[in-house]
Amino acid sequence: MNTDIISPPVERGPETGTVALTVNGQARELRIEPRVSLLDALREHLGLTGSKKGCDQGTCGACTVWVDGRRVLACLTLAVACEGREVTTIEGLAADGALHPVQAAFVEHDAFQCGYCTPGQIMSAVKLLEEGHAGDDAEIAEWMSGNICRCAAYPNIRAAIRGVRDAVEGER
Amino acid sequence: MRPFSYVRAGDTGTAIALVRARPDSVFLAGGTTEVDLVRQDVLRPGLLVDISDLPLDLIEDLPDGGLRIGALARMSDVARAPGVIERFPVISQALVLGASAQLRNMASMGGNLCQRVRCSYFRDPASPCNKRDPGTGCSALDGVNRGHAVLGTSDHCIATHPSDVAVPLTALDAVVHTSGPGGERAIGIDGFFLLPGDTPQREHPLEHGELITAIEVPGAPVAHRSVYLKFRDRQSYEFALASVAAAVRIEDGAIAEVRLALGGVGTRPWRARRAEAALLGQPAGAASFAEAARQELAAATPHPMNAFKVELAQRAIVRALSTLTDGDR
Repeated sequence: MNTDIISPPVERGPETGTVALTVNGQARELRIEPRVSLLDALREHLGLTGSKKGCDQGTCGACTVWVDGRRVLACLTLAVACEGREVTTIEGLAADGALHPVQAAFVEHDAFQCGYCTPGQIMSAVKLLEEGHAGDDAEIAEWMSGNICRCAAYPNIRAAIRGVRDAVEGER
Repeated sequence: MRPFSYVRAGDTGTAIALVRARPDSVFLAGGTTEVDLVRQDVLRPGLLVDISDLPLDLIEDLPDGGLRIGALARMSDVARAPGVIERFPVISQALVLGASAQLRNMASMGGNLCQRVRCSYFRDPASPCNKRDPGTGCSALDGVNRGHAVLGTSDHCIATHPSDVAVPLTALDAVVHTSGPGGERAIGIDGFFLLPGDTPQREHPLEHGELITAIEVPGAPVAHRSVYLKFRDRQSYEFALASVAAAVRIEDGAIAEVRLALGGVGTRPWRARRAEAALLGQPAGAASFAEAARQELAAATPHPMNAFKVELAQRAIVRALSTLTDGDR
């Protein structure tokens, strides 16, 4: 193994520097330090406060966003590590002012009380449906277990997910 | 969170050289443990070398029926790979029962093996901890140790190894491939996870700047019939109190081949070699399963809060073996 540095990459920080992100399809430039999480970059620097900070240690799921189309935790992701990747937040879900079907289902099924975990629940639920893990309530519960709801709205969250699942299957 | 620098490496040699060049630099992959521990001031790196762009994420079926899993393959991708589900169901099951869907999308396989312990004293910089600050003592010995290990412990550390997937990898004699300043090498999984002894800060034999590149699992037809059982306080998204990876082949009602490893109870993923030896040639039944489990846990060194794990682990072994062999009896 050749361990010479053959293509010296650019070292960033620890001071503030420019980080270029693509968020909800838009190119954004931020002035941040490398230690800034994707969650703080979204909330504090881009004004996208839909993603919520619950635990800030990867246990609650309130900060769930998509990076390159996969659901991940923004609190354990460094913003600078998202350069060159596509970030999608709850703000990017509605198309042309119309709610995403999962958003509409959460409203229809009253799938929340305080609402704090809801953006993370929805970002996770859309992917759960795409992944094909909404077969029954047990499977939904298992594959949504990374999203904690302090109000315990779980039965209604599962009902919302089932509703979208059945509507999609009805179209086939 | 302390400030640090960041660099994204474009090739493996550069990544290794960058970490090698600074004693306070570390590799960054999924970050699910690392970012958390830096924020909690448990780890204090000066430079994070992001290896996410390196081409180490392939999952390959090998001609001998084995697997080669790239170190940067994500847990979620390995769990759903057809070759893993068909030939190594125990690996797929262990992955799916670990963490959450979001974390499995982030965490890499190499990082999974290197993840740090969940001991609350290790994760609290204000507490003495021999693993974090060698020589300061082990707070868990007389502290809250309900989740701690009963096998492979020492007077210096009783933290449980937290990985699920490392348990079947241990049962199946996986090999960890690395690349580093001294070249490439292959480390058998038994030699990869170190017992704490009097150096609990040293969890694996990797040198500074040595990078895991792949995990190989040798072909093992016995694994076609295998299972991972996990017992925990919550039904999901929780670490194991006890877990079992088991694979077995029965011939004429007797155990002809068996692989057994335990999670949640050892300071490292625990290959249950005593139980395996006790089972060979025995009839596949509850009595021989229970006797083998008893022999494996005879060496346990429980503390008052985790003494239940001795019985729990034995029942878990019996349950796993019964689950696999129910159709044969």
